[in-house]
Amino acid sequence: MKIEAISVTDLNRYIKEKVADDEYLKHVFVKGEISNFKHHYTGHMYFTLKDENSLIKCIMFKSYTNNLNFIPKDGMKVMVLGTVSVFERDGVYQIYCQAMQEDGMGNLHTQYEKLKNKLEQEGLFDEKYKKKIPFMPEKIGVLTSKTGSVIRDIINVSTRRNPNVYLRLLPVPVQGEGAGEKIAKGIKLMNEKKLADVIIIARGGGSLEDLWPFNEEIVARAIFESEIPVISAVGHETDFTIADFVSDLRAPTPSAAAELAVPNIIDVEAKILNYKNKYKILLKRKVELMKLQYEKCINSKGFNKPVQIVQDNYIRLDNINKIMENKIKDKLNIKKNNALTLISKLDTLSPLKTLTRGFCITEKEGKIIKSIKQLEAGELVKIKFTDGEKQAKII
Amino acid sequence: MKEGKVSFEEIMEKLESIAQDLEKGDLSLEESIEKFEEGMKLSKECSKILENAEKKINILIENEDTIKEESFVSTEE
Repeated sequence: MKIEAISVTDLNRYIKEKVADDEYLKHVFVKGEISNFKHHYTGHMYFTLKDENSLIKCIMFKSYTNNLNFIPKDGMKVMVLGTVSVFERDGVYQIYCQAMQEDGMGNLHTQYEKLKNKLEQEGLFDEKYKKKIPFMPEKIGVLTSKTGSVIRDIINVSTRRNPNVYLRLLPVPVQGEGAGEKIAKGIKLMNEKKLADVIIIARGGGSLEDLWPFNEEIVARAIFESEIPVISAVGHETDFTIADFVSDLRAPTPSAAAELAVPNIIDVEAKILNYKNKYKILLKRKVELMKLQYEKCINSKGFNKPVQIVQDNYIRLDNINKIMENKIKDKLNIKKNNALTLISKLDTLSPLKTLTRGFCITEKEGKIIKSIKQLEAGELVKIKFTDGEKQAKII
Repeated sequence: MKEGKVSFEEIMEKLESIAQDLEKGDLSLEESIEKFEEGMKLSKECSKILENAEKKINILIENEDTIKEESFVSTEE
């Protein structure tokens, strides 16, 4: 059986009917961003609606375009109500729009992103511009609404941490038309009149619309130009408004902002006491160190050197004296011994001794005669005996 | 910040630097004593500032270009 090919027209018609039958596609409500928008001279509008991943062609006939309350432009976020249908001639499906409105939320998001990027390029978010939050601010400025829990939380936390805290509330609207201007004016006022040493701008959670004033450029610039450091606590912890990016410090909640602004007095007093004790200990250590050095110096060899030298010399002196004494003693002994030996020798040789043994000494004219040859008969001699002497004649 | 009046921060920073100087220990005895006395004086000043501080929860009310400051009692309890 041969398959019969169908014509393009037939195919497109078939698809068109298929699409036309689908209930859902009869009334679609679609959001997206307008691109290659053309307002045809016939009054009809041709454009595509896109998101990050895909796009669809749209057409809005003149009869419907008259009801628009805004002028569509490329890049605008819109929501369209219409029917999806196939334009047979081109084999294209498209939305035939009957109504279109701006996508508020969508637009806010784009504005937010756009402003965020712009300010980021300008460097308003740079770390180097972030001012340090003073450790102990004297006066704390708070910009928030005077009703509601935010200001109450801030007051409670601050007074708990420092019973003598000085808070200055400058009430500002935190949402709605004109809120941004008032917030910016408030920040400028605080600066001009030096009303505070730190400023907290805060508001509770809310939708993107609610938080919108904190995304406005006027507020961002006021924060950036503020001489006084700014802590921002806007919306829920997960919300990040442009004010949070520009502020000097972002706190997740108003209470956290108060904690960051107000140091706990007990800690401060403890810190001061700690310094006092530290000084006492360090000075004591210094004094002890100096005493040690003094003593070390006093006992040091160098300092005692002269004394030492004197003492050493005394010792040497004593030693020398001792040595001399010994030497002299020795010499004396030697001499004494010599003398004794001589004496004893003398004694033994002494003629007197021989005399006592019966010998006698013969002298002629005072000289001792040792040999008979020295004597002639008739000469006179003297004979010495142990107990005396006698004259004698040689015969 | 008030000009002229030394801020609490500056005093605290001074206290910290004195602690470090004494810690280093390379000061002469006279210098150490001087630093010690200065530190004690400054810490008394800090305590005095804390004692003199007085609780003020005020609201600023603008009329024309003057600002009135009144005590603020938060409405809802």
